[in-house]
Amino acid sequence: MNPLLAVLISGVAMFAAHILVILLFREKPAAPEEEATEAQAPAKAAGPAALVGAASKLADRVVPRTPDDASPLMGRRGWMGLAWGSFTAATAGCLAATGRFMFPNVLNEPPQQFTIGFPDEYGEGVDERWKDRFGVWVVRTPFDDYHETSGFYALLVTCTHLGCTPNWLSAESKFKCPCHGSGFRPTGINFEGPAPRPLERARIVLAEDGQIMIDKARKFQEELGQWTDPEAFLAV
Amino acid sequence: MAKAKSIQPQAGALERAWNWLTETQIWTSVFRHDAPLNDRNRVLVMLSNVFLHLHPVRLKKHGVRLRYTWCMGGLSFFLFLVLTFTGVLLMFYYRPTLEYAYSDIVGLREHVPLGIMREMHRWGAHAMVITVWLHMFRVFMTGSYKPPREFNWNVGVIMLVLTLLLSFTGYLLPWDQLAIWAITVGSNMARATPFLGYEGPGASLLAIGDVQLIHAADDARFALLGGTFVGEGALLRFYVLHCVALPLVIGFLMAVHFWRVRKDGGISGPL
Repeated sequence: MNPLLAVLISGVAMFAAHILVILLFREKPAAPEEEATEAQAPAKAAGPAALVGAASKLADRVVPRTPDDASPLMGRRGWMGLAWGSFTAATAGCLAATGRFMFPNVLNEPPQQFTIGFPDEYGEGVDERWKDRFGVWVVRTPFDDYHETSGFYALLVTCTHLGCTPNWLSAESKFKCPCHGSGFRPTGINFEGPAPRPLERARIVLAEDGQIMIDKARKFQEELGQWTDPEAFLAV
Repeated sequence: MAKAKSIQPQAGALERAWNWLTETQIWTSVFRHDAPLNDRNRVLVMLSNVFLHLHPVRLKKHGVRLRYTWCMGGLSFFLFLVLTFTGVLLMFYYRPTLEYAYSDIVGLREHVPLGIMREMHRWGAHAMVITVWLHMFRVFMTGSYKPPREFNWNVGVIMLVLTLLLSFTGYLLPWDQLAIWAITVGSNMARATPFLGYEGPGASLLAIGDVQLIHAADDARFALLGGTFVGEGALLRFYVLHCVALPLVIGFLMAVHFWRVRKDGGISGPL
């Protein structure tokens, strides 16, 4: 159920209970005789006013007027309990709704899974064209140590030290992180600086139309022996 | 100030735990008096709590008569709190730029749970303008502007203007056609400011030789919009005014207003 609806309903119920209890328990001077006889034949006049009158007269008959907890229906203490209980419930509902508000149903973030064109559109080496948009380097290699053949792998652009984005330095043929100087080989293996482990590779396969498809939701870590996974490398 | 408690050896575990808890330094530093069950402690509650001390320790009975005050000042303050709360929440999603402003407003309705949050802010704003006017009307009709309350009446008039300015600046933020043209029309009035508006009376006198000192790119309207038309500068300027500058000023004046109410003889009623 929508939490907002719960808040609204509890609020309306609280208000209705408030009105009802005020009507039922309000103190008034002893009713004149003719009113009492009217109460014996209720529902003569139509309209909400008549309803309210009938309700309060009904209360006159069934509820003894006592200022304390002696009332069989609901004493002052009971009503206070109900009121504070409803108030607490409504407040809790509002807080829950506020918490839910902080978690939007739609995210404006790049997709985790995407196609990047056909294999023959890529030359050998590190390709930077999807770095900004999707956060991957696409690397075409003549020989991969983990699969012992030529093909593609996708490196995530997140440094394994503290999460900055390294730069590809083609002249030195390495990825160099500007934050703390971590360096990575084109394979993704760390060789200098504080990074404790190699860059991560993403799942890379051929889509049905022959394009390369990358899925960042599935990651492969070298130190866990996952780079030998068949989906960590696209043999071409 | 807390009454010294003695732990009875035969007391149950729960009671002993309670006694221990209420004698810890943390507890006694937060709750500095016993339960408000007598007049003295009730006074202490009001005097030692930063939130409650805004209220008087004692209130004349007519002060809570709804038919006299309509509770319009209290309702205005309540709505201000509601607007502050919902407004802060909206700020988590709204970006005041040409690219995002409108789509963020649509997203607040379509993509964010409880899309009514923005409507609560909007309806609350309309309601606050109404309650502030009714509060002013009530104060006028009960003669509560008379000395010694004339100072507070003027503080209130300034806050009425600030309320309307908050409403006006907030009106631009959805960045739809209604907002842009409403602010275009509204801010065009600033062109006619005497001396400081470039179409205002006297502005043409401010010239050195042939050089006009007041023109479209440096007059009062320009200062308001941060440009010569309602564009990116106006959106950012109105956003900052709406979310930071005006709420700070009106919050400060509210403190003065409430304090002055107390010093000038309490809420409503004849002196």
